[in-house]
Amino acid sequence: MAAVISSLRKQISTCEATLEDLRHQLAEAERIQRQQQKSVPQKRPLATDPASPLDHDMNFGVPDDFRSEIFAVLKQEAKAVEGTESEEPSRWPLEKNEYKRYGRQLIMPEVGLQGQLRLKKARILVVGVGGLGCPAAAYLVGAGVGTLGLVDDDVVEESNLHRQILHSTARVGMTKVQSAMVALNSLNPNVKLLPHISRLTPDTAISTFKDYDLVLDCTDTPTSRYLISDTCVLLRKTLVSASALRIDGQLMVLNNPPSPPGDTTGGPCYRCVFPKPPPPESVVSCGDGGILGPVVGVMGILQALEAIKVLTQTPAASSVDPPSLILFSAYSNPMFRSVRLRNRKAKCAACSAHATVTPEALESGSLDYVQFCGSVVSNNDALLPDERISAQNYAHIRSGVNPFTGTVSSKDSHILVDVREKVQFELCNIDGSVNVPFSTVSNMQGDENDWVTQLRKSEKPIFVVCRLGNDSQVVVKKMKQLGLDAGGKRYIGDIRGGLRAWRQSVDVEFPEY
Amino acid sequence: MSNDDTIPITIEFSGGLEILFSNQKKYNLPLPFKDESGEPANVAFLVRHLCDNVMEDPRKELFVLDGTVRPGILVLINEADWELEGEDKYEVQKGDHIMFVSTLHGG
Ligand SMILES: [Zn+2]
Repeated sequence: MAAVISSLRKQISTCEATLEDLRHQLAEAERIQRQQQKSVPQKRPLATDPASPLDHDMNFGVPDDFRSEIFAVLKQEAKAVEGTESEEPSRWPLEKNEYKRYGRQLIMPEVGLQGQLRLKKARILVVGVGGLGCPAAAYLVGAGVGTLGLVDDDVVEESNLHRQILHSTARVGMTKVQSAMVALNSLNPNVKLLPHISRLTPDTAISTFKDYDLVLDCTDTPTSRYLISDTCVLLRKTLVSASALRIDGQLMVLNNPPSPPGDTTGGPCYRCVFPKPPPPESVVSCGDGGILGPVVGVMGILQALEAIKVLTQTPAASSVDPPSLILFSAYSNPMFRSVRLRNRKAKCAACSAHATVTPEALESGSLDYVQFCGSVVSNNDALLPDERISAQNYAHIRSGVNPFTGTVSSKDSHILVDVREKVQFELCNIDGSVNVPFSTVSNMQGDENDWVTQLRKSEKPIFVVCRLGNDSQVVVKKMKQLGLDAGGKRYIGDIRGGLRAWRQSVDVEFPEY
Repeated sequence: MSNDDTIPITIEFSGGLEILFSNQKKYNLPLPFKDESGEPANVAFLVRHLCDNVMEDPRKELFVLDGTVRPGILVLINEADWELEGEDKYEVQKGDHIMFVSTLHGG
């Protein structure tokens, strides 16, 4: 009951924090609205005509007190008509508040008034509102782009928050697009935000992209990277593409300039650089490989920077930087390096004269990106049912009475091998388990490693566990190949569903990470 | 092998490929001057050499596929895409810096 009470208290305080946050945002929005109403342009005065006798009298021929009275009366009248004043071309190209807000970048020759006006006119699409998309969108909205579209169908999870800086604890469970819009709107209400709460698919890509000027690929799978690049080539949009994993990041500005397919003066596309997708088993996600928040943050910010550079360049500037790839590695010295990329590939499937990627092919669904990139063959059936045990039944084996023999079992009756990597094992583990990292097993040279020798010394049954129940099956197979099962006399099996199942059905306190 | 028979070069791995090479990002390597059939060492030979003599991880398919570097790995010769230098036919020169970069997909 205490747990329930504390959980409820926590939820209430979270909701109160959200309410407080929303009230602040409302107050801020109202303040800005008032300000904008106040700054309605005044009627422009006519130029003084020194030859007009009335002008002369008003300016020089009356006592000053009288002049003050006249001005006061005029001011009253002006106030009375303010509300009904018709729209008149503004005296300055930017709104008054914009000079102040963007002042620090306006005074830079790289931006200036013309650059700011180009930003204000620009429509940018950010695909993926995660670790890359959040910082990228924040800086673009901060810089005052006119319109920003956001594409994502995911919802905010707690494990996103260390790097996805637009989301908040109170908004866990909200869609990422809506959560980002709350944050972005309070950052800069001048920017028009357009939500696209859906997954990008070949049949929606063209209609989603067509009204934007520039696209940021902030997604996390090869399929979306090819789809986004192809669509950008077809619609002639420049693409700023970035990715990150663990401590590394990569960034490319593609299709820059965005010449039509077949025109070799255009910048290379994603397919020029990577004509074939990587084998699916070599693709590691942030969820599996891990990611350091600032690493992906740096890459997202660089995307915003490259986008601002492309958008603010003068149209006459013919010299686009040669295509390059920026490599970031947080623990290397130097951290950044830039390498030269190839130009457009003569046989590129998307951007060459021989392109097979066409709007019709895309919209008809004949381009199957999922099939093109493949998927990891599921090894869920790698083991036979009698080689596997449920987490619940394993718990009985650790501390229960055998219903057939009456003997009391304990955690010492067997060996529990945890095959997660050492750093994960150290986070949390089941009492009494021994760690044999999966990488040690798969990198094995020869037949006898230390862990094999250790396991050979005992005849106790072996249970293998991992995070989700996939690697554990591979290891059980390997152990049997090595003959650790004494020709079938010794039981070796895995815990179905791994530590996730253990937490769900046995130990709710076991940490989830 | 005497120095006359080898070319000193620098090899670098990035984007997680170093995991396949004993977690070492940089190697200063003496590469045999000639390949198996006596031809001058090119990048194709270098890739075979790395696979057979440097890589300890048995998962060769994560580095090489169908006799060449697998898709998703960018080869950079002196900081430029190998496409600009003749791909795997490029003949390795003394002091070359050759980098293998695995593409990342996380975001
Ligand atoms: Zn291309």
